Parts: sequence; structure tokens; C-alpha cells
Amino acid sequence: MRSVRAVSLQWVLFICLIVILIGTMPLFVKPYTIVSITSILMYITLAVSWSMFCAPTGYISLATATFFGVGIYSSAVLAPVLPLPMVVVFGGLLSFLLGLLVGVISLRLAGFYFAIFTFGLSELVRNSVLWWEHNITITVGRYIPLVNSLIVYYSMIGIVLMTILVSYIIKHSKVGLALESIGECEDAAASIGINVTALRITFFAISCFFMGMAGAIMATKWTYIDPNSAFNPVLSFTPVLMSLFGGVGQIYGPLLGASILTFISEILLSKFPYHYALIYGIIFIVVIIFLPEGLVGWVKRWRKGHR
Amino acid sequence: MRILEGEKVTIHFGGLAALQNVDFHLNQGEVVGLIGPNGAGKTTLLNLISGFLAPTSGVIKFRGEKISGLKRHQICRRGIARTFQSVKLFSNMTVPMNVLLGSLFGKARDIGRLDPEQEAMEVLKFVGLSEKKDILAKDLTLTDQKRLELARALATMPELLLLDEVMAGLNPAEVIVAIRLIKEISGKGITILMVEHVMRAIMSISDRIIVLHHGEKIAEGAPQEIIRDKKVIESYLGTDVYAKS
Amino acid sequence: MLKVDKINVFYGKVQVLWNVSFSIEEKEIVTLIGSNGAGKTTVLNSISGLLPLTSGTIEFGGSRIDKMPTYRIVELCISHIPEGGLSFPDMTVYENLKLGAYIPRAQKEMQESIERVFQMFPVLRERSKQLVRTLSGGERQMVAIARGLMSRPILCMLDEPSYGLAPLLVGEIFRVIKTLQEQGTTILLVEQNVKHTLEISDRAYLFENGRVVLDGTSEKFLQDDYVRQAYLGL
Repeated sequence: MRSVRAVSLQWVLFICLIVILIGTMPLFVKPYTIVSITSILMYITLAVSWSMFCAPTGYISLATATFFGVGIYSSAVLAPVLPLPMVVVFGGLLSFLLGLLVGVISLRLAGFYFAIFTFGLSELVRNSVLWWEHNITITVGRYIPLVNSLIVYYSMIGIVLMTILVSYIIKHSKVGLALESIGECEDAAASIGINVTALRITFFAISCFFMGMAGAIMATKWTYIDPNSAFNPVLSFTPVLMSLFGGVGQIYGPLLGASILTFISEILLSKFPYHYALIYGIIFIVVIIFLPEGLVGWVKRWRKGHR
Repeated sequence: MRILEGEKVTIHFGGLAALQNVDFHLNQGEVVGLIGPNGAGKTTLLNLISGFLAPTSGVIKFRGEKISGLKRHQICRRGIARTFQSVKLFSNMTVPMNVLLGSLFGKARDIGRLDPEQEAMEVLKFVGLSEKKDILAKDLTLTDQKRLELARALATMPELLLLDEVMAGLNPAEVIVAIRLIKEISGKGITILMVEHVMRAIMSISDRIIVLHHGEKIAEGAPQEIIRDKKVIESYLGTDVYAKS
Repeated sequence: MLKVDKINVFYGKVQVLWNVSFSIEEKEIVTLIGSNGAGKTTVLNSISGLLPLTSGTIEFGGSRIDKMPTYRIVELCISHIPEGGLSFPDMTVYENLKLGAYIPRAQKEMQESIERVFQMFPVLRERSKQLVRTLSGGERQMVAIARGLMSRPILCMLDEPSYGLAPLLVGEIFRVIKTLQEQGTTILLVEQNVKHTLEISDRAYLFENGRVVLDGTSEKFLQDDYVRQAYLGL
């Protein structure tokens, strides 16, 4: 039944092709396109890492901005003193540790309450850092040494691949099954020997790790960051929306959702700068009404029709 | 050998004592029926044994070791499995998957077993659900859902099985089938503690019966003694019901 | 009083009731028996308007109710007490009972009804201020039945009222049902406790796989060999 499936040769080739294509892009596209693609890769990372834990367990976390922001801030603090790879890993680790803490604190919460709690926590962190900067360091925001956008691009590719790989391994392993059973019925899962507490805390934190790494590398692109942009609450909702749009049942769901929505928003922003949000919202609503399971649902139906 | 023991088990919810100084024990291999009026504390006792609740005072021991206060999954790994009063299945998963999860994560894990999938299919066959292997748990009838929950519990290879009203909602013919199944489970050496209102089942399967009322043990003994006990008749059985065995 | 005529009901694409017909006269107790999954609950849900009919009609007191929304059906004084003892868990016992008397006709007699119901189920009087979620399974079942009776129904449909109840209470429930009949209520009963049910009911219908396969007086059912073997376990 469930095991790390031997991925069919077709898929492997397909993925390799995409990776090669993306990898060689800088050779034949404008620098601006690279920046756009980096942005798409960032959203893919956030959406896939959010789904890693939240999709199987059904716990909706609205704290993505926090963990992403922690990555950004650790970059701001450490970039001057550590080489870039270590900065990125540290950013991930700090988010991981914070994720463990949040996991422990939120253990008694479920469903609606968990979502509200994580959102509240997110805002608490943002305001705390704002307060700290206003009152303690008396500087608002930080500067981050600029890093070549190509390096950011390739680092982001690496992070995306890592996130997708880990997501895949989890989904097709015993642990992934345990997470799904927690989502189906937590009491039953506990009664058959699944350590619900440990799994909840650990895998929530793991998903935060990738959010932190993404933040750490993206910070170097923005060069100036402040609490409101680093911990922007919108970033807590976007990965959720993208995952729902793409469909949470499969890994390619958040991937597709993030890619398509980010792409659409980039186009809309340049063509309809005044109405972009309205059109974006309408597209989202229409898709969800007709495809409640997201794009994944559409693919499933298409597949059934072909058999 | 006493496989399960409870000493002065007490639990308070707010100011109310749901269970008060309850002493009980199960001998290995026994089938013990746990009966009592609604609200007497029967499910609460099962929750205490299986780790869903921790006693306010008193101790529960399994094979001589204290288990009260342990986490639910730890208790499962020690060899105690249970079913629930309102069936708790993994609704959107298939019948075999529900059982497989029991095989993969239950006590079974620690004994270095062969093939979880095969074990799961065998358990399914044992309870009579092999034909339904492509059906989702939520699409089963109540009777089959209860069977599936039982199968999942058995898949964890328990030494002690806690049953919470498995017969509720079954018509008399279905009850007979279920009685047979439970006797077979007992025949495998598994100790059983069953909460039940269907007296026919209690009378035909139990070696011993414990009666709870208002959180206290009011009677304990062989089935024939219990159904003649005045206190039990007054508070639980009534006079116009089951006097047959 | 109630006439169900050749109804066909589907769950999505799956047909669960096939040309089901039966009727209930005033002040009768009619019982539906059959295994789990035979369609008995589906029948009650269809009468209540919780499930749409694909074809067939349901009449109550001469007028069609099969296309009515559920709240209108309740206003006609049909009470449906679903299986599983559905209640409002985060409300107190008392609030649940008050909600049972939501329709205007029952509101006027609320205090009387509550007293009646507390007499039937003394435990509920003790626990009247407790949240239903803190009650045991059987107690919740009592709340559900009590709530269903609060609407002073003309037709009362009970789905497995004895589910999870102690034997003493089971006897009590059946006495209550008989009393209700004496007071003029018509009753449609679905029960697994087949023997008890046949002993108090007037007529019965046997359901198998979504079809009515046998009907007649309860006495006839009690004597019938097939019923005795397959359902009474005799």
C-alpha cells in the first residue's frame, strides 16, 4: 500500500527537464524575469512548507509570516558576520526552534482556535519587534548587504527542491500516514499508538524550518527590512490561499497554486495597477466555487474521465 | 495473574466526583462485564485505563506497573487497546487502511513483526470485513463500522481489550454474531473488559461482572449472582427485563 | 394519517430506497425493523424533509409534505428524534428542552411539557443546568428524546430511542411510548430492540436492502419464522 514509491521514469525526466530549464534561464532571459521567478520560487516554498504539516493534519496555521520573518531578521543580524550558506541555515534553525515553542504552546488548541491563536501570535511577534526597535535599539529596520541576484536565484532553487523533496518523503512515509490519521481523528490515532504530541510539535517545526530559510535568503534581495514588511500578515494568508487554490491533497497542488497565482498577480500588477487586487480576488473566488478541491480536484476528474 | 488493577481510583470533574475510590482487578484471560446506569462512570473508567483521563487520586496498574498518568499512545504500546462509545474511525480512509494503521503503530511495532499489511488483512478476515476492502470507512453501516473499529484495535495486538458498548444498535441476530466474535477473541487469550447494556451479551460472555452506580462500585461477582442482586435490579435492570442468560 | 407511497431515495448516485410504501393510522404505533443499513433511518429522514425524494409521495393528514422544508414539517407537529441522540452539546439540558418547544403551539405549554419530561427522566431534572456535552452517552440520549417530546407532536418518529440506555431505562422508554399512544400521539418507531418493540406496537414493516419485504400486525411478526430467526435471534 504505502511506501516510498518508485517514482516513474517519466516523472523523473520531467522534473529534471524543469530543473535544467530553470537552472539555465539566466542565460536567455532578462534579469527582471529572474527576479520574478525568484519571487515565484519563494511563494512555492512557503506554500509547500505550509502544506507539509497543515494539509494532512488539518491544522490551519496563520503564522507563516512569523517564521518567514524570523528568517529575514536572522539574515539581517548574521549576514555581516557569517557566510551566506550558514546564514540561511541559521535562519531555518531559528525558525525551527521557534516553531517547536509555538507547537508546544498551542497543543491544547484545535481547529478554529488554533488558526486564531497562530494569527494572534504572528501579530504579537511583529508588534514586539516593532516595540523593541522603537524603544531599545532606536533604529527602525535594518540594512542587509546586497547579494547578487543570481546567487539568490540559485539558492532559492535549492531551497525549493529541498522543501519539495522533504514534503514528498514525508507524504509517502509512515509518518505522513500518521499525520493524516491525526487529521482524520486525533483520539483514534492516539489510541493506536501514535504519539500525537511529538508529531504535531516536530513536523510543525520542520515546516517552519523551510519558511525560515526562504526568509533568510530573500532578505538579501530586499536590502532594507523593517518589522512591518518582514512580518507582513498578508504573508500568513497567501500560502494558505495558494494551497487551497492548487489543492491540498497532493504536493503539486500548492506548487501549481503558488506558481499560477504569483504569475497572475505579477501580470495583473503591471497591466492593471489599480484593479489588480479586485481581479485577483475574483479569479480566486471563481476557482474555489467551481473547484472546491482546487486544481488537484480538476486533475483528478480529468484523469477519471480518461480511464 | 492480575493483569489489570485499580486501587482507590478517583476522578473529579470540577467539584463532582465521577468516580470515587473504585477498586477493581482483572485476571489474565478473563472477560469482565462492566455495567451500571447511564452516567455511572463506566466510560470514565475506560478513559482512565486507556490514558484519555488521569485519576485525581488512586492508581491503575497493568502487569504490576503503574499506567495511570501515562500518555494514550504509551498505553497502547504496552498492550491495551480500546473501542469508543461513539465510533471513531478514519472516515475518509479505506477499510484496510484503518486496520493497517493499527498494525503499523500499535504495540505490534515493537515485536519485530513480519508484514503489517498481511497482518491487517488477516484481522479483517477475522472480523468478517474482507469483502469491503475498497469501501471508505464513512460509507459503512454502523454494524460494520463497529466491526472495523474492533479490527483496528485487534491489529495493535493487545493483551487487554476495552470495549465500550459494541453491541449498541445491533439487532438481536447481529448481537449473536458479535457475541461469537468476542468469544473467539477471548479464546485467543486476550483479556476483555466490556461496558455493555445488552444483557444478553453480558450474561453469555462474562466470567465476572462489576457494577458501577454514581461513581462507586456497588456490586461485583458472577453473572448469576449479579442479576439477582437487589441493588442492581433496583438501580439498573428493572424488574421486567432480562432474567434469562 | 401518514401515507408513504412508492418513494425512491438516492444518496448521491446510490439508490437506498426502492418503491417503499407504508402507512400509519391515527393513534397507532408502527415499527420499522431491519438490519443496520436496511434504510429505516433513511425513511425517517425522508419524511422529515431532510432527504429529497427522487419519486413517490408522502402525505400527512391528506396533504403532501414531501416537498416541504423541514421546519414546516415540524410545524405540522411531526417530531423526529434522530438516532444517536443529537443534541446541542454546548447548551444546558434546560436550554435544549426549551428549544424543543420552539414551535408556537408548544411554546404555550412549555412549563407543563418540561414537568412531564422531568417526570419521565428524573436524572434530567438533576442535571438541568449542566451542559449536554458533560453528560454521559445515555443521558444525552434521554435529552434528545425529551427534546423531541417537547414539541407536543401529533406524530412522533423515534429512531433507536433505546440506543445505549440501561435496561431499567429501556423499560421506562417503552412505557413512555405506550403512555404517549394512550394520550393520543401516533408513533413511528425504529428499533433494534425488536422483541420489546413488537410487543408494544400495533403493526410492523420489515426492511431489507431498502425495500419493504414484509408487513403486518406485530403479532404476526412475532410468530413469523423468518423474522424470529433472522432478527429475533431465536
